[in-house]
Amino acid sequence: MNWSSLEEFAAMGGYALYVWGSLGMCAAALGWEAVMLALQRRRAIDELREDARAPEDRP
Amino acid sequence: MSLPTALPRTAMQRRWTHYASPSTFYALAGRMLPWCWAIAAAAAAAGLVVGLLVAPTDAQQGDAYRIIFVHVPAAWMSMIIYLAMAFWAAVGLVFNTRLSSMMARALAPTGALMTLLALWTGALWGKPTWGTWWVWDARLTSELLLLFLYLGFMALQAAHDDPRVGDRLGAVLAIVGAVNVPVIYFSVRWWNTLHQGASVSLTQAPSMARVMLAGMLLMAVAFWAWSIGAALHRLRTIVLVRERGADWVAALPELRRP
Repeated sequence: MNWSSLEEFAAMGGYALYVWGSLGMCAAALGWEAVMLALQRRRAIDELREDARAPEDRP
Repeated sequence: MSLPTALPRTAMQRRWTHYASPSTFYALAGRMLPWCWAIAAAAAAAGLVVGLLVAPTDAQQGDAYRIIFVHVPAAWMSMIIYLAMAFWAAVGLVFNTRLSSMMARALAPTGALMTLLALWTGALWGKPTWGTWWVWDARLTSELLLLFLYLGFMALQAAHDDPRVGDRLGAVLAIVGAVNVPVIYFSVRWWNTLHQGASVSLTQAPSMARVMLAGMLLMAVAFWAWSIGAALHRLRTIVLVRERGADWVAALPELRRP
């Protein structure tokens, strides 16, 4: 363990902007990808369900 | 006389081509997904603990070097995913196998994202160590070209209503663009670049401390597992849309009305 306090850990030896900017962007980008993956699957399933409905079922 | 050898041959052929059918692969990918997410989460947690808490501050670069724990895995994946994408696109082009072309499409957005992350984290690493966010040297320029190749591939796919036409055109672009990957990888050796040489290579002992290397490899495992999971998830959606109308799709439990 290199850090004696939480503040020291957050400061990253003066490189906080660069280190947290990198890690934060990775987390944000992968989080966004996960949301998009789920949304696209949801949308595809909804569309296919709509297609599968017989015409007489439609309102 | 009947030929008993005929039976094992067909059995083997079936095993080879079994998972090339979209319906079988859809189910297989569904079973693989939870494992991908679990491995990605566990490796990322371990890698972050090692990289941020256990690994010591670097004597030369201070704590700025910790960007390596995401920068190198993202950069590796950006190249590996491109090669995988070009490979599957080529298989789809040559053998006319639908699933291969769908796999190439599924890989592209994740590859583009990894390239973007490699460039972004590289800029944030360049500023404190080189004094500049960006420099037009061989490594950085060829990595930027990789991003444009991914975006071009995706744009080409999106521009064609007939998916098979998009598959074929995309395959040609992906195959031609694959030349860029060795250029990225060897750029730091072929040219004088501001970018440092490889910290880890297949032929030499790694030029970094054991614990730093362990953190980086754990993060690389996490990025691998994430990329496989993301590509499989996207592939399942692509299969659903492109195989719509097939009986097996209509019979899927997830398509039943709630």
